[in-house]
Amino acid sequence: MNNAYFDLLMWARGPGFDIALAIFAAGIALRVVEILVLGRKRDQSKAKGSPVAQGVRTIFSRSLPRAGMVHYAPVTYIGGYLFHIGFFVAFFFFGPHIVFIDSLIGISWPDAGRVIVESAVALSVLAMIALMFTRLTDPVRRAISTFDDYLVWVLTILPMLTGYIAVNKLFGDATLMMALHILSVEALMVAFPFTKLMHAVTFVTSRYYNGAIQGRKGAES
Amino acid sequence: MAQKPMLPELMQAHGISRRGFLKYCASLASVMAVSPALVPKIAHALENAPRPSVIWLSFQECTGCTEALTRSHAPTIEDLIFNAVSLDYHHTLQAASGHAAELAREQAMEEHYGKYLVVVDGSIPIGDEAYSCIAGISNLQMLKETAAGAAAIVSMGTCAAYGGVGHADPNPTGAVAVTEIIKDKPIINVPGCPPIPVVMTGVLAHFLTFGIPELDALGRPTAFYGETIHDRCYRRPFYDKGMFAESFDDEGARAGWCLYKLGCKGPTTRSACATVKWNGGVSFPIEAGHPCLGCTEPDFWDNGGFYKPLSVPAGDFRKIGLAALGAGAVAGAAGAVISRAGKARAAAAHETVDAHDLEKKS
Repeated sequence: MNNAYFDLLMWARGPGFDIALAIFAAGIALRVVEILVLGRKRDQSKAKGSPVAQGVRTIFSRSLPRAGMVHYAPVTYIGGYLFHIGFFVAFFFFGPHIVFIDSLIGISWPDAGRVIVESAVALSVLAMIALMFTRLTDPVRRAISTFDDYLVWVLTILPMLTGYIAVNKLFGDATLMMALHILSVEALMVAFPFTKLMHAVTFVTSRYYNGAIQGRKGAES
Repeated sequence: MAQKPMLPELMQAHGISRRGFLKYCASLASVMAVSPALVPKIAHALENAPRPSVIWLSFQECTGCTEALTRSHAPTIEDLIFNAVSLDYHHTLQAASGHAAELAREQAMEEHYGKYLVVVDGSIPIGDEAYSCIAGISNLQMLKETAAGAAAIVSMGTCAAYGGVGHADPNPTGAVAVTEIIKDKPIINVPGCPPIPVVMTGVLAHFLTFGIPELDALGRPTAFYGETIHDRCYRRPFYDKGMFAESFDDEGARAGWCLYKLGCKGPTTRSACATVKWNGGVSFPIEAGHPCLGCTEPDFWDNGGFYKPLSVPAGDFRKIGLAALGAGAVAGAAGAVISRAGKARAAAAHETVDAHDLEKKS
């Protein structure tokens, strides 16, 4: 007699994770190396400003909204911040996640309690729902949305929902919900290198590149 | 054995008062999750139980289940409940041996055909039956023979219920659980390595008083296996606060913090350990400072390692990750080189065209 839920959990923790990790790691390496090796044409003109300083500055300055933009698109900006901060807190400060990261790369840090983690998840999920609402109701945003946008939204919200349900045992079998949570994370890992999720890795280089181009021309960003 | 005294006489002989017996019945009702109004019924049923014949078959096992039951601080009322049945065959406990012992089993089967209860502890080897035989009879043969006339079967311990350690990878004996062999009898699984004594006697008491208890999808009585250890663990508040023992001898471990990071399987293990506890309610493994192994779940030996937290991948993922990283980098570099080569070829093949050329062509 087997426990089908436990078998699913073991597949998710075993072969499922191995497959997801292989695609995740190989995909990221492939894309990053390809971008870097492909290179860019050398700019022969004399620099009018400091490309390095502006490039580094842009990495951080692009994390802040431009003046008036929060007022212009409050849901996009506030929702965006809430989602990213909530996701970050839930992923990096929940005990079981920390021990997972520790097993992967050998470093760990103190845990946040469930009150903080679950509040972060709740805010993050609400923010995502609000962001999807504006995406669907705003004609412009709706017109420029692609399948990739909706897929990434589903793949991102699922781990948070399944994790919240698994920890709080809202419904379903605890083992099954834990298996579904891990599987949903693995789906996210598989899609990561080939969708806009890749920005979590490339945002540093792309911001630097944009900032450096402008800096070379003497503009400040 | 049919001449054994009834429960009231046994209680009197062991100096147990009727008040103590009723208290036990009340606690039994509590752990079985039945209404307190049924306590008199339980007491009445136990006092007047028809003493069903029980044949206890021990196959590929370590005797831990019997040890747990009989070594509970004697004399307990649980022990008396155990004695209240007519235990007609049990390798470890019976005085007879060899052919005389087998004769006792055959006689009990004949006399109580269709009514006796079979309790099994240990897994059954079916890869090669010769791995485990009793008096020249293979476990498989003995189980089939004995189960044929049984009213019900209780698989006592994880080995009988799910295969246990015998079934663990690579399973050299081809060990299986009782449910893999017997399909036509009611089977109650009482897993645990070993099961909690009061759960074992509680299941027998339930069988005596109300018949087969309500079972979950894995054949376990829901009264004892309805909730996870994590849900009832006294260390749960530390989990909620994010306070974890990082090693067996750190400050957190000494202060009783959550053992999740040390591999505790409490969140996925259904058992009454955290509430009923062991040794008369003294303690249970987590209280003693060791993470739950998940011993009431199928294949718990092979579920990713006892000391690996549930959120940590079970395989050799680091090597796979590093290999994938390397392979991805090589593929990325190769792709970029091919693109560059294509770009260079296009540049070399580019023909310059001026106005004269265009005029000529037109």
